[in-house]
Amino acid sequence: MSNNGKPRVAFFDFACCEGCQLRVLELEEALLDVLAQVDIVTFREAMTEASDDYDVAFVEGSITRPADLPRIQKIRDTAKVLVALGACATIGGINCGKNRFQMAEAMDIVYGDDAAHFETFEARPVDAVVPVDYYIHGCPINPNEFVKVFHAILQGRPYAVPDHPVCVECRLKGNVCLLEKGIPCMGPVTRAGCDAICPSYGYSCFGCRGLVSEPNRNSESELLQKHGLTSEEVAGRFSIYVQEGYPKREEVAK
Amino acid sequence: MSEVDMHFEVEHLTRVEGHGNIVLDVEKGEIKKLQWQVIEAPRLFEAMLRGHRWDEAHHISCRICGICSVSHTCASLRATEAAMNIPISEQTLKLRKLIFHGEMIQSHVLHVFLLVAPDLLGAPSVFPLIQTHKDVVLMAMRMKKLANDISRVVGGRHVHPITLIPGGFASLPKRSELEDLRERLEACKADLTATVDLLATLKLPDFVRETEYISIRMPDEFAMYEGSVYSSDAGPMPLDRYREVTNEFVVPHSTAKHAKWHRSSYMVGALARVNNNYQMLRPEAKAAAEALGLKTPCYNPFMNNIAQVVEVAHCVLDAIDILDKFLDKGLDREAFKVEPRAGRGIGVVEAPRGILFHDYEYGDDGRIVKANCVIPTNQNHESIEDDFRALVPQILDQPQDDVRQALEMLVRAYDPCISCSTHYLDVNFV
Repeated sequence: MSNNGKPRVAFFDFACCEGCQLRVLELEEALLDVLAQVDIVTFREAMTEASDDYDVAFVEGSITRPADLPRIQKIRDTAKVLVALGACATIGGINCGKNRFQMAEAMDIVYGDDAAHFETFEARPVDAVVPVDYYIHGCPINPNEFVKVFHAILQGRPYAVPDHPVCVECRLKGNVCLLEKGIPCMGPVTRAGCDAICPSYGYSCFGCRGLVSEPNRNSESELLQKHGLTSEEVAGRFSIYVQEGYPKREEVAK
Repeated sequence: MSEVDMHFEVEHLTRVEGHGNIVLDVEKGEIKKLQWQVIEAPRLFEAMLRGHRWDEAHHISCRICGICSVSHTCASLRATEAAMNIPISEQTLKLRKLIFHGEMIQSHVLHVFLLVAPDLLGAPSVFPLIQTHKDVVLMAMRMKKLANDISRVVGGRHVHPITLIPGGFASLPKRSELEDLRERLEACKADLTATVDLLATLKLPDFVRETEYISIRMPDEFAMYEGSVYSSDAGPMPLDRYREVTNEFVVPHSTAKHAKWHRSSYMVGALARVNNNYQMLRPEAKAAAEALGLKTPCYNPFMNNIAQVVEVAHCVLDAIDILDKFLDKGLDREAFKVEPRAGRGIGVVEAPRGILFHDYEYGDDGRIVKANCVIPTNQNHESIEDDFRALVPQILDQPQDDVRQALEMLVRAYDPCISCSTHYLDVNFV
């Protein structure tokens, strides 16, 4: 806590596009209300000063190289509350797309003969390395959900991530189902909380918040194939945001 | 001066997008080491794109960068559309140009006011300016919000826009939203005047290094969304030979690639565009350039910030024009259908930080076989180091903190976007 009794908040980013921090800045007026309740002590993208003394750490981005490990561990050791911000941090997100390849092969595709300069390993979400207290899903995040989670943190209560599919929110908004219009959509298996923003604009859900806990993969695969995707393409669609192929925390600990 | 020793390392330079370091090592007046190190984690987008469908490519590649995701979306769509010969309508073209203006204004306003202005007003960040220069901060927020709303109205949101798809738009803005934007853009003219007046009072470092400037160019408009490749040294270059322009190479101290063409480096971004295409700017933007002392060709990289303000003026006026046409004729719900096929396509646009190429090769099944993305910030890394090498000997007699500050400001003037180039920035006095 700062002397004024306000929690000290820090923002950190690992491999990502920093778009989720931008979404936070887009809150505009609501952001000022949020800021009034805390002290922002580290936000490298916006300020020169930085502090190693903070209570709440927002972490954006995936863990993708050996040098990231001590850095995220230090953040975990310092912060009382660690929040994973956005798909890269919560589920690995788009960065995990490279895990389909052997790392040497992926590096060769991008850097060719110079690949040896760079250190990298399979991309992974933050909780593959250290425990995470709160998850704000999405690529990018939904700013309204950010505010909800922020209030939960300040009040010291848990935040329950919705575990019903995007379809529920989509129907509540009165949208015509995209699948009925012939557009392949991942809504039936994707975790809600985004206010069905993409389908509301007539664009298919790509699953950026990760899958619900008991997704009906077979039924979704059939739907996608009915709408023109081959079985290989269905696998590709499922893998844009969710891709395994990295060691989990328990395995690393052994 | 010949006896000067100076060593410093600025690690994780602040107020830039991404992570990078500056390292300077001087012994007895001789520069031993002077580097701009990009240490962002490699993200390997070119590998990620492989095997993905034609309707997934832009969805994935726009996520290279949160600040310029509209530019990446459009470069990607244009590559896909070129590869598969997908036509787009005049309305789609205009809507894409409109959302481009939104992104350009937002990115430049964010950079000039939030990241650079603290240096010029002697503050460590924008936060103390809320107390000391409240009107300026509120004005910047107002302009940023307007720009953001342009992107939201056209694209659904600015960070990773939703409605832009191969061949057209998934949904269209409402008339009332366009009217609201039109009204606020009109009001924004006063903010533009105030911005020019404010910047006219601030002094930028006086430093000159002539170099090659590369951008796209159109015969009859200030090119941002489309155009041919143009060099201030060599004139026009066909797009399919873009690799001869960028000549990307790898340096050991950086996870980002560097680029060069006719000289040891070249510069891209607002200053390159204004230098190459000054004649095509709107009169109001030219007036802003004159008021701010930007005469082309301009060889001072710090003036990139001024060129950004000139472009903001251009974009505001051009956005008003586009909106007037939409409000006059209304928007049509257009039907379009894509037939995927094999082919190679190159999409080139001007992102806020400079020329951006996406180059895709598709197989018969409409899936990506090969992808190459050349990012503006990468094209500037070598130019930043060349500027360092020219600037440091001129200021070595100054105290170390001033030298460090000058180098930090120089990097910020380029507005590097390191997420794009891979993603990171630090300055190190060794």
